[in-house]
Amino acid sequence: MNRIVSKEYFSENVVKLDIEAPLIAKSRKAGHFVIVKLGKNGERIPLTIADANPEKGIITLVIQKVGLSSAKICALNEGDCITDLVGPLGKATHIEKYGTVVCACGGVGTAPMLPIAEALHRAGNRVITILAARTRDLIILENQMRQVSDKVIVMTDDGSYGAKGLVTNGIEMTVEQEKKIDLCVTIGPAIMMKFVSLLTKKYEIPTVASLNTIMVDGTGMCGACRVTVGGKTKFVCVDGPEFDAHQVDFDEMMTRLGAYRDAEQADMRKFEQCGCKNSHK
Amino acid sequence: MERRNELWRVELRKNMKAKDRTALQRIRMPELSPEKRSRSMDEVNLGLSPEMAVAEARRCLDCANPGCVNGCPVEIDIPSFIKNIERGEFAEAARILKETSALPAVCGRVCPQEKQCESKCIHLKTNSSSAESVAIGYLERFAADYERTDGQIAVPETAPENGIKIATVGSGPAGLSFAGEMAKLGYSVTVFEALHEIGGVLKYGIPVFRLPNEIVDVEIENLRRTGVQFVANCIIGKTMTVEDLYADGFRGIFAGSGAGLPRFMNIKGENLVGVMSSNEYLTRINLMNAADTESDTPVFIGKKVAVIGGGNTAMDSVRTARRLGAERAMIIYRRSEEEMPARLEEVKHAKEEGIEFMTLRNPIEYRGDEKGKVTHVLLQVMELGAPDESGRRSPVEIAGKTELVEVDQVVVSVGVSPNPLIPQSIKGLEISRRGTITVNEDSMQSSIPQIFAGGDIVRGGATVILAMGDGRRAAKAMDRMLKNNPADEKI
Repeated sequence: MNRIVSKEYFSENVVKLDIEAPLIAKSRKAGHFVIVKLGKNGERIPLTIADANPEKGIITLVIQKVGLSSAKICALNEGDCITDLVGPLGKATHIEKYGTVVCACGGVGTAPMLPIAEALHRAGNRVITILAARTRDLIILENQMRQVSDKVIVMTDDGSYGAKGLVTNGIEMTVEQEKKIDLCVTIGPAIMMKFVSLLTKKYEIPTVASLNTIMVDGTGMCGACRVTVGGKTKFVCVDGPEFDAHQVDFDEMMTRLGAYRDAEQADMRKFEQCGCKNSHK
Repeated sequence: MERRNELWRVELRKNMKAKDRTALQRIRMPELSPEKRSRSMDEVNLGLSPEMAVAEARRCLDCANPGCVNGCPVEIDIPSFIKNIERGEFAEAARILKETSALPAVCGRVCPQEKQCESKCIHLKTNSSSAESVAIGYLERFAADYERTDGQIAVPETAPENGIKIATVGSGPAGLSFAGEMAKLGYSVTVFEALHEIGGVLKYGIPVFRLPNEIVDVEIENLRRTGVQFVANCIIGKTMTVEDLYADGFRGIFAGSGAGLPRFMNIKGENLVGVMSSNEYLTRINLMNAADTESDTPVFIGKKVAVIGGGNTAMDSVRTARRLGAERAMIIYRRSEEEMPARLEEVKHAKEEGIEFMTLRNPIEYRGDEKGKVTHVLLQVMELGAPDESGRRSPVEIAGKTELVEVDQVVVSVGVSPNPLIPQSIKGLEISRRGTITVNEDSMQSSIPQIFAGGDIVRGGATVILAMGDGRRAAKAMDRMLKNNPADEKI
């Protein structure tokens, strides 16, 4: 069950895993996520599905090492099994022909964007993808994105690849070049999505953000993932993960994302001291 | 009532006059001392010794028309199991419990017996105000525990396998009860559970100091031995659809997916860090074992913890907080103690453990520091007005009277709503305005003939035993339906 059939490093801290999960591969749609738990004492964490092959019964997850649990998942190797894997969860992305759509991705957010861009492209939209990251090594899935996009703009903070600047600079460029942008979809760090949202609001471009909050069960039971959208409390796991970005209270979301930061850092130090890092290939 | 006329039992009744039986004092449950238990997760109630159980069983008059049985949602033959305890046949007592209850060791611990079987006890019909019912719950627990620790767990008799596949959605009390009944009737039952552990609310909700996980696991193991299969990490409506189940040959489905969604009060500051639902708090501690340093799941360990609400879940949360080291563990409830829905035993235990009861108080705002972490709760002081639709006196605000209380953690326990996953994913299923699945109350059958439902997904938020009663009724009705529809015919 849940065996890892292949592993690929996108960068030192970003890993792609293909996992045997035939039922999920069959039923998932763009925008869905899974909950992953490793070992008896593992934490349940949400990860958006980056790709799936229903014929082979395989789903693809792209994981960035940020805390203890993601570090443990990144340390898994081909042939290892994920103890618990459940999904697909959340609401699937609403796909229709909008016209011109900008997919604004930050870092590892490119992975969950891939199936969305693909579905939008298949629905007949003109898809313009902006891949943004701190530096060249952190730009991932560029070739795959090129296949499903009419245009790809690469932005790096340090200018080591593509144009120098932030994802918002890429959007500005697109606004200047395109007659009309009908929709913007953004996935990335909360702070990035906040600034994308502020910018597209200024240009009155409808914007959808896919949120990745803290979760426990992922089925609506605990409410750890709650965010304020349009003044109302919503659960990312069952009401989302995608929301009208212009209505999301990103500041509150960022505060809540940091809820367990101290505990996580302490755990992380323990994990690194115990030598688990060596299981890295 | 043939059992009542068995020779041994007639003799047993004659051994002692009814008057003498009523004169006996109700046994007190041995408990861990409040000092000890408020620092440990060990079970509070220690259980009766065989001598105590026999003495308590003597108090039962073995009524010709026992009211207690009518008070039990699964209609346990209460006098028969109690009289078997009285004559020392403890294993036989356990066997009788299992005729109708899939989870006796669980029910003996968490049922509100004082509102059900025990409330109908003949002892309470005397004029004496000091009269106390027979301790049916304690005896139930005794018999079930005896069987478990004695190592002689009897597998209930099952009908020959009929090869008909039945699916159960959710492995909480409703689903387990349904699965147990159907397995006994010879069906091939598979239970699908969304979480990684089997047991539903028995595992994620009820803390181990009230219901140790081993007890739940033993009951699940018993179901396995009767042939029930369990599939964890599978969400019906997501991982597999109901259509997938039909295609796989399942001919009946029971939805016992529970009341998943926690309610919040939608007041200012409720999304501050440190404010969480009781579901989140208890799930982290109970299911994820977050208080253990070995666990990867983090949890806040509050020193000044306010729990909002007056139900059993609120008591579970506040007593958990106390055990994890809270210096102040407070219940904040908008009515008075008299209107509290929690079991009397839970309230009593909580008080002994030093829980502060701040009744007639309602939170109206949470305040936090610059990091967004909760630091205070602002309480509106209330008084009692006229009775409301629940029959309880309603809380009314005293204008302008508020209190500010320092807190570092708040657990909101003001009820739950039905989990929408199943209702939303089945086309044509009739759903009530409250989001519950609409069923025929006798058969528990939904608007779709082959789908039955029970427990909190139908009731919206009730008890373990009511959920079990639903599961049992649904099993009987589904069995009738399937027997009237030969296997080759589409239902």
